[in-house]
Amino acid sequence: MDTPTLFGLAAAILVGLGLYGVIAHPQPLRKILAFNVIGSGVFLLLGAIARRGAAAGMGGDPVPQALLITGIVVAFSATAVAVALLLRLFGETGSVTLSSDAPAKADGDKPHG
Amino acid sequence: MIGMVDTGLALLILGLAVWAIAARDTFAAVVGFVAYGLLLTLIWVRLHAVDVALTEGAIGGGLTGALLIGAAARLRATEAAALSERPGVALRTLAAVLSAGVTAALAVCVLALPVPAPTLAHEAAAHVAATGVGNPIPAVLLAFRAMDTLLEAIVLLFALVGVWSLAPDRAWGGRPGPRHHADPNGMLAYIARVLPPIGIIVGAYIFWVGADYPGGKFQGATILAAMWLLVMMSGLSDAPPIRKTWLRVGLVAGPLVFIAIGFVGAAAAGAFLAYPEGYAKPLIIVIEFALMPSLALTLGLLLAGAPQRLEE
Repeated sequence: MDTPTLFGLAAAILVGLGLYGVIAHPQPLRKILAFNVIGSGVFLLLGAIARRGAAAGMGGDPVPQALLITGIVVAFSATAVAVALLLRLFGETGSVTLSSDAPAKADGDKPHG
Repeated sequence: MIGMVDTGLALLILGLAVWAIAARDTFAAVVGFVAYGLLLTLIWVRLHAVDVALTEGAIGGGLTGALLIGAAARLRATEAAALSERPGVALRTLAAVLSAGVTAALAVCVLALPVPAPTLAHEAAAHVAATGVGNPIPAVLLAFRAMDTLLEAIVLLFALVGVWSLAPDRAWGGRPGPRHHADPNGMLAYIARVLPPIGIIVGAYIFWVGADYPGGKFQGATILAAMWLLVMMSGLSDAPPIRKTWLRVGLVAGPLVFIAIGFVGAAAAGAFLAYPEGYAKPLIIVIEFALMPSLALTLGLLLAGAPQRLEE
């Protein structure tokens, strides 16, 4: 087994761990975090594939590496929107539950701002 | 074939991922995630992807970590309630089986990757000279796949529009996030005075060498944004109100220059974002110079969050 294969297999485990967290964690912030673990697993897999494409004096295939830079930036912007949604939900209702049968707390609570 | 360093890094990253998913306390999980991002940076270096390592350290670990730590601190009060909503054993078992299945399928794919590996390195090496830049990564980002980079800059802008549109009506046009107060003689304020001049030089350097060595506008812009955030968090300077015209012009200037150069290419070289013969490098530098301040503003404001207060 070589280095790209090792990190490729680690990436596969990271995607699985993240997926479990997204499904099994009740807290939305933990779901966002778990989603970022899935994302980094996917990036690492692509990075391992890029490393296998090393040729022409380059340490890796530059095309997937450039895509990775784009991907990491886009993942950050998506996370920023998700966190802003969550903070607004908290500001409006004072809780961040995703449960559909949770008691509606919106009436009594003042928005926290 | 694989050394101790790689095996150790792989085990550490998996351990930290388990911690980030399984830790009971959200704050502890997020701190684990920041360490995870830093270790991932080392793995990128081991995979000979130094440009990606810089991006991961700056954005993947740094900015995302800061964003999640801020949110975890503000949502601390909601943690106890969430624990009672933990799904039942049946659902958790199902999730574990599904996740293990996905991991197994991916692992089979990794082991079945074709040999020799397909690569575009030869094509990139053959054409990198035509762009005039020495590092193949910016050649891909700004010449071969310039459309991706343009759309990425626009995605960031749309994300900021999304974050801003979550402002309550009463705070629209106001300043993002809470006002930070720190001891003016404390450590944070001291660092916020001493570090930014160094950080600005490091950011500009990483930006400038990006043409020939690992680095570039995203990494440099992130460092500038981090310096700005440090000054805001120490209370030395407040976040600007989002209705300011200079702010909005600054945010769209970079993408607009990029699009304008794209149309110049359509007129002069026959395709949108094509560069006329011999002008590739100067045009790439113009795009990078225009994008860098816009990116720094966008990244900083994405982290600052939705507007929350009007002028006090």
